[in-house]
Amino acid sequence: MWTKVHEWAVTVDHKKLGVMYIASALGFFLIAGLEATLMRIQLAFPNNDFLPPTTFNRLFTMHGTTMVFLVGMPMFFGFANYLTPLMIGARDLAFPRLNAFGFWLFLFGGLLLYFSFLGGDGLYGAGTAPDVGWFAYSPLTGRAFSRGNSTDYWTLGILVSGLGSTATALNLATTIITMRCPGMTYGKMPLFVWLMLVNCILSLVILTPLTAAQVMLLFDRFLGAHFFDTQAGGSAVLWQHFFWFFGHPEVYVLILPAFAIASEVVPVFSRKPLFGYPFMVGATVMIGFISMSVWAHHMFVVGLSPAANTFFAASTMAIAVPTGIKIFNWLGTMWGGKIRFRMPMMWCTAFIFSFVIAGLTGVMLAIAAWDFQLSDSYFVVAHFHFVLIGGLLFNIFAAIYYWYPKVTGRMLDEKLGRLHFWIFVTGFYITFFTMHFPGLLGMPRRIYTYDAGRGWDTLNLICSLGVAVQAVGLLFFVWNLIRSYRKGEVAGDDPWDAWTLEWSTTSPPPEYNFERIPVVHSRRPLWDLKHPQDPDWKYE
Amino acid sequence: MRPGSGNRAQCFAVLAMLAAPALALGAYGDAVHPIPNMFAPVSPPAEAIRQLSFLVSAIAAGIFLTVSGILFWCVWRYRARPGDDREPPQVYGSNPIEWSWTIVPVLIVLVLFLATWRTIDEIQASEPPPDSLHVTIIGHQWWWEIHYPDLGVVTANELHLPVSTADARRPTYLTLESADVIHSFWVPQLAGKMDVVPNRTNRLWVEPQVTGTFLGQCAEYCGTQHARMLLRVIVHEPDDFERWAAAQRAPAASDPSVAEGRAIFQRTACVNCHSLDGTIADGRFGPDLTHLMSRTTIGAGAALNTPENLRAWIEDPNTFKPGVLMPAMKLDDEQIDKLTAFLVTLK
Ligand code: HEM
Ligand SMILES: [Cu+2]
Repeated sequence: MWTKVHEWAVTVDHKKLGVMYIASALGFFLIAGLEATLMRIQLAFPNNDFLPPTTFNRLFTMHGTTMVFLVGMPMFFGFANYLTPLMIGARDLAFPRLNAFGFWLFLFGGLLLYFSFLGGDGLYGAGTAPDVGWFAYSPLTGRAFSRGNSTDYWTLGILVSGLGSTATALNLATTIITMRCPGMTYGKMPLFVWLMLVNCILSLVILTPLTAAQVMLLFDRFLGAHFFDTQAGGSAVLWQHFFWFFGHPEVYVLILPAFAIASEVVPVFSRKPLFGYPFMVGATVMIGFISMSVWAHHMFVVGLSPAANTFFAASTMAIAVPTGIKIFNWLGTMWGGKIRFRMPMMWCTAFIFSFVIAGLTGVMLAIAAWDFQLSDSYFVVAHFHFVLIGGLLFNIFAAIYYWYPKVTGRMLDEKLGRLHFWIFVTGFYITFFTMHFPGLLGMPRRIYTYDAGRGWDTLNLICSLGVAVQAVGLLFFVWNLIRSYRKGEVAGDDPWDAWTLEWSTTSPPPEYNFERIPVVHSRRPLWDLKHPQDPDWKYE
Repeated sequence: MRPGSGNRAQCFAVLAMLAAPALALGAYGDAVHPIPNMFAPVSPPAEAIRQLSFLVSAIAAGIFLTVSGILFWCVWRYRARPGDDREPPQVYGSNPIEWSWTIVPVLIVLVLFLATWRTIDEIQASEPPPDSLHVTIIGHQWWWEIHYPDLGVVTANELHLPVSTADARRPTYLTLESADVIHSFWVPQLAGKMDVVPNRTNRLWVEPQVTGTFLGQCAEYCGTQHARMLLRVIVHEPDDFERWAAAQRAPAASDPSVAEGRAIFQRTACVNCHSLDGTIADGRFGPDLTHLMSRTTIGAGAALNTPENLRAWIEDPNTFKPGVLMPAMKLDDEQIDKLTAFLVTLK
C-alpha cells in the first residue's frame, strides 16, 4: 500500500500525472457540486433561512472559483498530459519533473484555498472562506470592505495554482512543438493536439495579467498600495480590465479542450475523417486571437462610452463565426456517416445540441444594448452553465467513456452509462433551461434570498428540483467508474476501432508508451494501417 | 463491436424537454411586489431594448431550428444500422461549403451588429433636454440614497418620478454615484442597468410613461446583504408628484406628545448615522429619517414599514437583514416604545 502511494507521489510519468490531475479535478467537482446543491436548496423557496447570507456568499464564491480553477483547468491539463505524448508519438513531456512540480503546485493551491473553511466561524458558517465572488471585484476585496483573511486565501490559493498552470502550459507547448514523431508535421497533428497547443499558448498569455493583478491586490492589502483602493483614489474599473483580460479568454481555455474531445470522438463514431480539418485549425487560431479582444463585454454596464460598447459588441459577435464553423464541421462529419451511438458519441451529440443554445444566448449577451438588461441576471447564470456543463462537462464525460479503456484496460459499462446520460441530461435541462426565465423576470444573480410574489417562486423551485435529478445521474457515473475498474469488460488495445496513435499501444500503455517511436504519413495513421489499399495520405 | 441502437425515442425525449417551459412572460404582479419584467417596459430605453430583443430572438430561433434540425436529421438518418459493418465514403471536406458557412454567419452578425449599434446610440448618447428632472442616486451597502438637487428633497430607497406623456414629456436624468463598493442600478421596466462605481459618475436616462410602482434591485454583488438592496420606483401624475415633493420639503413633524421619544433619539447613537431635520442628527451613513413614514418599506425592502416592524427593526435590525450595518440599539422596552411612537409621527 505505502509503496503504491510513494510510487504515485514521486512519479514524473505523464500518464500517472494525467490521471492524478483528472482524479483531483473530479474530487473538486464533487465538492463544488455539493456547494451548488446547498445554494439551490436555499433558493428553492422564497425567504428561506436554510443558510445565513454570509455562508451563501462564501458558497457561491467557492463554487465558482473551484469550478474554474480547480475543475476546468486541471481537467484540461489532465487530458492534455495523458494524451498529448501518446498522440504525437512521444515518450513523455519535454520536462517531466517540471510537470510533476506543476501538478503539486496546483494541488497545494487548491488545498490552501480549502483550508479557509477551517478558520473563523468554522465549517457551518463556512469559516473564513472567500466571499467576494470568483471575479473578486475591487473595492469589495480591499482592506476596508473585506476584513480578516478570506480574500487573502482567494488570492494566494489562485496565485499558487496559477504558477503551476503556467509551468504545465509551457511544458505542453514545448512538447508539442519539439517532440512530434517523424512524419507528423503541423498539418498532420490530430486536431486534439492542435487545440491543446493553442490553449497552452493562450493560457500563458492570459495568466500573466491575472498574476500581476493578484500581486497588485496583495500590495494593496498588505503594503497599503492604492491600485484598487477607491477610498484612497484607486480605480475600481482597473481591476475589471485586468481581471477580464484574463477571465474572458479563460472561458475559452476551458471550452477549447471540450472542442478537442468532440473533434476526436465525432469522427471515430461517425466512421469518417473530420470534415474540413484546415478550417477547424484556422477557426481555433481565430478563436484564440479574438478571445483576447472581447473582455469588456463583461463590462458593458460599468459605464463605458457608446463607442467602446459598440466595439466590444462587435468583437464578441465576431467570435460566433469561428465557433459556428466548428459546429458545422462536426455536423459535416456526421453527415453521410454511420454513427454508432455508444456513450462517448451520445455525450458529444448532447454537447452539440446544448452548445447551440449556449452559443445563441451568448450572442444575445453580446448584443450590448440587450445586455444592459441581461448582465448580472439569472439569464447569465443559465447561459454560462450551458457553456460549462453542456459544453465542458458533457465532453469530459465523453472523454472519460472514450479513454477509460485506454487508461485502465477495461470498458465502462454501457447500461449504467445510459442511465447516467439520460438522468443527468434531463436534470441539467430542468435546472438550467428553466433558469433563463427568472433572469428575464428581473432576478439578479448572487442573491441569497428573494421575496414571494415577484414571479420567481415556481421557477426557482423547478431549478432546485433539477439538481436532485442531476445528482442521481452522477451517482450512476461514480458507481460505473468504480465497478468497471474491477469487473468491466476487458478492452483490448483498440476497442473503438479508432485512428490516432494512442490506440496503437497497449491498454494501459507501458511506461515508455511505444516500443518503437512510430512514423506517420497522414492524420489517421491507424486508418492507413487498417486500409493499406486505400490510405489517407493519398488524399491529404 | 456492438452496433448502435435505435435512437428515435431519444430524439423525441429531447424535443419534449425543450417545449416544456412554455411561460407566460408579461405578468405584472401586485402593488407591493410588482414583477420586474423586462418585457413589460414603460419607458423608452427599456422599450428600445425590448424591440431589439425581439429581432435578435427571431434570428436566434431561426438559427436554432436550422442547426438543431440538421443535427436531428443526422442522428436519425445516419445512425449505424445493425449488421452493416462497411465504412461509409470517406469525405475530407469541401472548400465551397466551408466558405458558405463562414460568409452567411458573417452577414447575420453584421445585421445584428448594426441593430445593436443603433440601439446603443439611442439609449446612451442622448443629452438631457433643458426641462428634464435631475436626480442623484448614491449606492450604499445596502441601501439607496436619493437626492433631488433642484427640488431640495432628500429621501431613500424609493424613487418618486412624474409620469411623462406625449404632450408633456418629463424625462429624468439620473446621476449615479457610490459611497463604498460597486452597486448596480436596475429597474428592468424603466431601462437597462447601470453600474454605480466609486470615484466615477455614471448617468442613466429614464422616462416612465405609466403611473404605478416598479421594482428594481441592486444587480452587482456588493457584500453580505446584496440580496436585500431593493429599490421602488413610484410614478405619479404631475400634480401628485408636486404634492409629494412639497410634503418632502416640509419641515419634520414635531408633535409635542412624543417629545420623550424625540429626546431618546437625540441621546442615542442614531444621530451619528442618520439625519433628521430639526434635530441634531446629520449623519450620512444611513438613510434620512425626516419623512420616514412616507416610505413603504424599511431596510431597502427588507420589511414593510409598519409600526410593529419599525419597532422590531430598532430592537435588532439583524432579524430582518442579517449582516446589516446598523447595530441593535440596546434600549429597554419602554424606551423603544417611546422611540417608535416618535418615529411614526414622521410623515
Ligand atoms: C450540478 C451542477 C451545477 C449547479 C447546480 C450549479 C449551480 C450554480 C449556482 C446556483 C450558482 C450561483 C449563481 C448566482 O447566484 O450567481 C453558480 C455559479 C457558478 N457556477 Fe455553477 N453549478 C453547477 C455546475 C457548474 C460547473 C460544472 C461549472 C464550471 C465548470 C460551474 C461554474 C460556475 C461559475 C463560474 C459560477 C459563478 C460564481 C460566481 O458568481 O462567482 N458550475 N452555479
Ligand atoms: Cu449593491
